Amino acid sequence: MSSTDSTEIAKTDDSSLASDLDKSLSDSISKKFSNVEIAYVKPDRIRVNVKKEEIIDVASFIRDELNFDHAESVSGVDYPEDKQIEVVYHLGSYTDASLDKKILALATRTPREDNPRPGNDSTKLPSLRDVFPSVSFHERECFEMLGVYFVGHPDNRRLLLPEDWADIPPLRKDFRIKGR
Amino acid sequence: MVDDLVISKQSKGLTIIDQVNSHNANVFIGKLGDILFKAVDKPLGMALNWGRLWSLWPVHIETACCSVEFGAASGPRYDVERFGIIEAFGSLRQCDLVVVQGTITRKMAPRLRLVYDQMPEPKYVIAMGACAITGGLYFDSYNVLPGIDGILPVDVYVPGCPPRPETLIQGCMLLQEKIKRMKPR
Amino acid sequence: MSNQVHPKDKEILPGLQIEKVDDRIMTLNVGPQHPGSGHMRIILKIDGDYIVHTDPDPGYVHRGEEKMAEYRNYITNIPHLERPVIHDSCNILYPYCLGVEELLGLEVPERAKYLRVIAAELNRCVYIEYWLAIYGIFLGHSTMFMWPMGDRELCIDLLDKMTGARVTHAYFVPGGVRNDIPPNFEDVCLRQINYFEKRLKEYADIFYDNPILISRTKDTGILSREDAIKLGTTGSVLRASGVDFDIRKKEPYDVYEELDFQTNVLKEGDSYARSKIPWLDMFESCRIIRDALKKMPKSGSVRVKLKPKPKGGDTEVYRRVESGRGSLGMHIVSRGLPQPYRLKISVPSFRNLIAMPHLLTGEKLGNMPAVYWSLNYWPVEADR
Ligand code: SF4
Repeated sequence: MSSTDSTEIAKTDDSSLASDLDKSLSDSISKKFSNVEIAYVKPDRIRVNVKKEEIIDVASFIRDELNFDHAESVSGVDYPEDKQIEVVYHLGSYTDASLDKKILALATRTPREDNPRPGNDSTKLPSLRDVFPSVSFHERECFEMLGVYFVGHPDNRRLLLPEDWADIPPLRKDFRIKGR
Repeated sequence: MVDDLVISKQSKGLTIIDQVNSHNANVFIGKLGDILFKAVDKPLGMALNWGRLWSLWPVHIETACCSVEFGAASGPRYDVERFGIIEAFGSLRQCDLVVVQGTITRKMAPRLRLVYDQMPEPKYVIAMGACAITGGLYFDSYNVLPGIDGILPVDVYVPGCPPRPETLIQGCMLLQEKIKRMKPR
Repeated sequence: MSNQVHPKDKEILPGLQIEKVDDRIMTLNVGPQHPGSGHMRIILKIDGDYIVHTDPDPGYVHRGEEKMAEYRNYITNIPHLERPVIHDSCNILYPYCLGVEELLGLEVPERAKYLRVIAAELNRCVYIEYWLAIYGIFLGHSTMFMWPMGDRELCIDLLDKMTGARVTHAYFVPGGVRNDIPPNFEDVCLRQINYFEKRLKEYADIFYDNPILISRTKDTGILSREDAIKLGTTGSVLRASGVDFDIRKKEPYDVYEELDFQTNVLKEGDSYARSKIPWLDMFESCRIIRDALKKMPKSGSVRVKLKPKPKGGDTEVYRRVESGRGSLGMHIVSRGLPQPYRLKISVPSFRNLIAMPHLLTGEKLGNMPAVYWSLNYWPVEADR
């Protein structure tokens, strides 16, 4: 049994399957912040796109009012055609039993430059470290892998790459690996 | 130095021990090995090699995931100790074998060379796993060296990803075979 | 003076600042060639016998898995994605397969779901036994190295029968498992698991009730409940601090809902509790395997056939499972290509690493190995 046209299946809107709790969570965010865009509400997965100026306020609101208390992962995605880099924080909750299954993805975008000089160009974002201390190492990783400098992070040092790494950040799309 | 001592002994009629004082004692002890080699090379060379090949002490440097199978090889089922290779050892000053356990990244490579340089002679290298031989699965990764031949002289290659403990043991036995046939210096 | 930050350095490379330190404080590099460090370096600043500053320096096994995944299609990604934890390879492929199935809209056959659970639980035992063996040798307890290493082979044998490889199974594929189990597997499995469980009970006498172990690990590296939550730790570290959070219970995937098991939670939050949780987990794994063998459909297909180079839609998924170390998540961004546009592996080791500076600072230097390895940390996985 082959999956017929996979693209078609993936495109089906499953917001109808999402529970009331999911909807109420996303509603409370969009009610408070008018600029925030709710990208999708799938079962147990919500994605919120915010402007980078607003991210600290939204994150504080999510932590204080919606009880999400830690970050599961922070992934940076490079979009060269939009000239933007996106950083997605996946937030979860340990303390609130009703939110056990939920993952709230908080995404924001920052401009991207073709000749990156990590730390010294416009690719900057406010750090969420004061709101969620658990993002601290993830943000360090994001800084070296995509060159997104986190303003307010006290420890924006190199983490995984060798000390003498002088190339552009490796997870950018214009970093091609040899022979590919 | 050695020749000096021998000559002076003959000319002045003094023993070597008479010439050792607090200033040259260290140098003398350091040269003792050379004297021994000169004295025993021919008749006792076999014995030196024999001693070496049953006491290969690997240095404790893990470089990637092959170390899991290296651990299993020193576990009770495979038990490399019966071949005179003890489980990875702490101090590299007492070791004579580097088992490169997998991928060498660009960050690890200088450290690995540093470890190798600090070990006393004679020393041997086993490249364990596809990654240590050619880069293996990570042939196109930006942070992985394509094999360790560029930084270390390898004696035995043990293929596999990861090699089964039996393969590693076979590699060690090949190394012992090689040592047996080497000149003992 | 080398201690001062050169103004130019600060401009060019914010990653390479040199810190100023006091004279009476000594800097100690633990690793990467050190029996008590694994594949990483821990930069400790010590004042006398007390650690005053800890700076973990991982990255010695950073192999760029996430970049490589962008160049391989959904099927050829399987072998290299299991390499970060080869002794827990089923569990690291689990979220990937769940994610790709969600992306491609595949429905996994019932029997494959049970086989997955059995393989994942056996693999959890393999991982924890290895971890326990290293914990034993870190604390100078050689018998505790030999016992788990030997018992581990029981589970490896079973997985060998199931999948054909000792550690790197590549058993999970999107849409099921690679092959069915051999005939007669159930009986062998049941027998080995019963014996394995009997052996596990003996660890209490030699290790967990051992006064030397207790005096070395009790009350060292205490992580309070609040801190554990705030730092976002996961798995055994979190459950040792009194937070009952296990993905298998909280967000059941595949057939975990129908199986009978419980999660282990301890309140103390010290190294002893953290070292005990994985051991207790193994009993639960045995229970799950027995239950799954009973409830598994006796025949049926184990795999959905895929088109070559399947393509995902224009969407993203985030799936997580409970691995031997904690919650392991994968974030797959797809843009209608045969390969992922971006694959982020959120590994529990990396998430627990953040607790290390918190716990080690203020401890005695001698407690370093006991605290460090109790974090259930596997450096290769953290570096990816
Ligand atoms: S050869 Fe295979 S098992 Fe060994 S380090 Fe390389 S990827 Fe890991």
